[in-house]
Amino acid sequence: MNLEYLLLLMVFPPLVGAALNGVFGRRLSQATVSLIGCGGAGLSMVFALLSAWIYSKSGSQPVPLPYRYFTWIQAGLLRADYAFYYDRLTLIMTLTVTVVAFLIHLYSRGYMEHEGGYYRFFTYLNLFLFMMLTLVTAGNYPLMFVGWEGVGLCSYLLIGFYFKRKSASDAGKKAFIVTRIGDAGFTVGVALLFWTFHSLDFQTVFDRVAGLHQGEFENVLTAVGLLLFMGAAGKSAQLPLYVWLPDAMEGPTPVSALIHAATMVTAGVYLVARSSIIFAHAPAALAVVGIVGCLTAFFAGTIALTQNDLKRMLAYSTISQLGYMFLGCGVGVFAAGIFHLMTHAFFKSLLFLAAGSVMHAMSGELDMRKMGGLRHKLKTTYATFLIATIAISGIPPFAGFFSKDEILAGAYEGPLGSPLLYWLGTLTAGLTAFYMFRGLYMTFWGESRVEPETAHHVHESSYKMTIPLMVLAFFSVVAGWVSIPKALHGSEAFDQYLDPVFGPATDALRHVPSEHFGDLSPAALMGFSILAALIGIGLASWWYLKSTDIPEQLAERYADAYRILTHKYYVDEFYNWLIVRPLCIASDKFLWRVVDASVIDNALVNGAGEGTAGVGDVLRRIQSGNIPSYAAWILLGAVLWMLYIFVAR
Amino acid sequence: MVPLSHYLALSVILFVLGAAGFIFRRNIITVFMCIELMLNAVNLAFMAFSRFLENLDGQIFVFFVIVVAAAEAAVGLAIIIALHRNRESLNIEDVDSMKM
Repeated sequence: MNLEYLLLLMVFPPLVGAALNGVFGRRLSQATVSLIGCGGAGLSMVFALLSAWIYSKSGSQPVPLPYRYFTWIQAGLLRADYAFYYDRLTLIMTLTVTVVAFLIHLYSRGYMEHEGGYYRFFTYLNLFLFMMLTLVTAGNYPLMFVGWEGVGLCSYLLIGFYFKRKSASDAGKKAFIVTRIGDAGFTVGVALLFWTFHSLDFQTVFDRVAGLHQGEFENVLTAVGLLLFMGAAGKSAQLPLYVWLPDAMEGPTPVSALIHAATMVTAGVYLVARSSIIFAHAPAALAVVGIVGCLTAFFAGTIALTQNDLKRMLAYSTISQLGYMFLGCGVGVFAAGIFHLMTHAFFKSLLFLAAGSVMHAMSGELDMRKMGGLRHKLKTTYATFLIATIAISGIPPFAGFFSKDEILAGAYEGPLGSPLLYWLGTLTAGLTAFYMFRGLYMTFWGESRVEPETAHHVHESSYKMTIPLMVLAFFSVVAGWVSIPKALHGSEAFDQYLDPVFGPATDALRHVPSEHFGDLSPAALMGFSILAALIGIGLASWWYLKSTDIPEQLAERYADAYRILTHKYYVDEFYNWLIVRPLCIASDKFLWRVVDASVIDNALVNGAGEGTAGVGDVLRRIQSGNIPSYAAWILLGAVLWMLYIFVAR
Repeated sequence: MVPLSHYLALSVILFVLGAAGFIFRRNIITVFMCIELMLNAVNLAFMAFSRFLENLDGQIFVFFVIVVAAAEAAVGLAIIIALHRNRESLNIEDVDSMKM
């Protein structure tokens, strides 16, 4: 079958599902709603697999296939088609997105059973999947932006899913507004791109940029790169726009798994990887990406150390891992960033789903201080959570190890790498292992600290929820094996597979002068990252299993540092003070009372009414009802008209 | 031969008389007659020009005006009778119920 139609069949089923559930869902039974919802996602997955198969089969040429269906916008020079762009990067993204999304749809059947708003949930979830697929298959920047904003909208709707809870609706607004700041950058960047190249079509723009000499248009491209990265930083929760992601945990857990761990938040990484050729011609912008990514990874990792809320800890962990992906892209090893995106999608969505399973068992409790000892009662959940934890900590041969190692190796010896980035990344790897095992131990090991009234109905979740967990656990183990590093006598197959996509960018980056400081061998680099993970795990085991009073003593001894960490460096407070409060005051005192109340309401709206009434008051005196006066007016008019004709002309 | 200007002067005098009467007189029938006076002033001007220019167009216009005036007289007088039956008055100042 023709790939052109398969792609449409892949993208549209979720939209149909969303439409059906959105319109009729209220009157349908839960079984029907979930059938429609999961069916939409399932069809997408099937067609994603089919198109991947057909694309791979159709000759060995790894060229991107742009499909233009119809002209969507035509205005002056600007022309945007409804077009898809299918290459190996798209293939990997669509597979990752649809597989994870389908599993999470299945999981949601069980998770949302007693939550209310069942059909609404599946409507949004399907709509999200449609938008996400639009984002990753789009063949030009405007269409990608549609998907980009669409997933933002669905994210907002789903974070605020429990809209009766104020914290949830606030969190939704926060996510929407903060990402909008980034989107402003994205829009301006795209406009600048158009201004420079007179096209927004991926194929055209990338060909034009690839044809440039290194240094040509560098200023413009640097600006474009930075602006696009601003959008990416908003969407993918990087410094300084990461603040919305922890709050986004107000949404139902499957949403956190799908949108805020596996797919939507990786859209920024995808954007940078998709525009790799632009960044390759703007090394300064690319360096910013790497540095911001690395700092975010470390910064969020330190915050995660002291979090007691299971989901928030995972949220900071997500920010940190997204930082890794940007670090990978930023040092020029785009394939490693995408590789980590894929493995992370599996193990992080697994972590969230397992956390959801814990939450389900604990009647919604998320405070890890009130958990403990759950491994006996939640055997499947525990096993899968353990696998995901090992995977994210970077212990071979689990998935996270390979992707993280590739990024760290790239940070050391990549085109824009530097030992500093490598060491900070490795330190973060240690932090990751520590806080993840801390969470694991606090939740599943030790004495039970569960409150008595919840303790007696702690139960393992139904098979509807555990089967997706097991499938994801399988992927969390094996997903890394597609790219065994050369140091382990592998072939780095994943990188080679993506070479046609990132080759031009890598070639362009070769011309960038770079200094190499270190001379560590790849095997040594790998050894250090494993060592860091092991130290992290060891410390966590020592502090949270053996001598459980050490953390408290440390917290007391370094009370100031501890307080800063538990308050997340006071960033939220700082933003509140710097932006939110002044905005509120300005809105209240100036925009509301002066602009709206005085100017718009009073001067403009009431003014227009009163002005009309006043003029009418004067003019109605003409309507005397007195016929001779009408006659006089007519005569006067006729005389004036004749004067006009004879004098003015 | 009487020059054109004499006819026109007479026409203007008649018209101004009619207009003044239309504005200042209070009896509706008088007002009505003033309208006829203005129409005939205009007819006079038409006729004078028609003769002066030796062109029949003006005379055709006069016929039209006479026909319209006849129709107007019929409708107008009917209105006046209806008014008198309702108001028992022919003073134009009593007819002002359209006033705001």
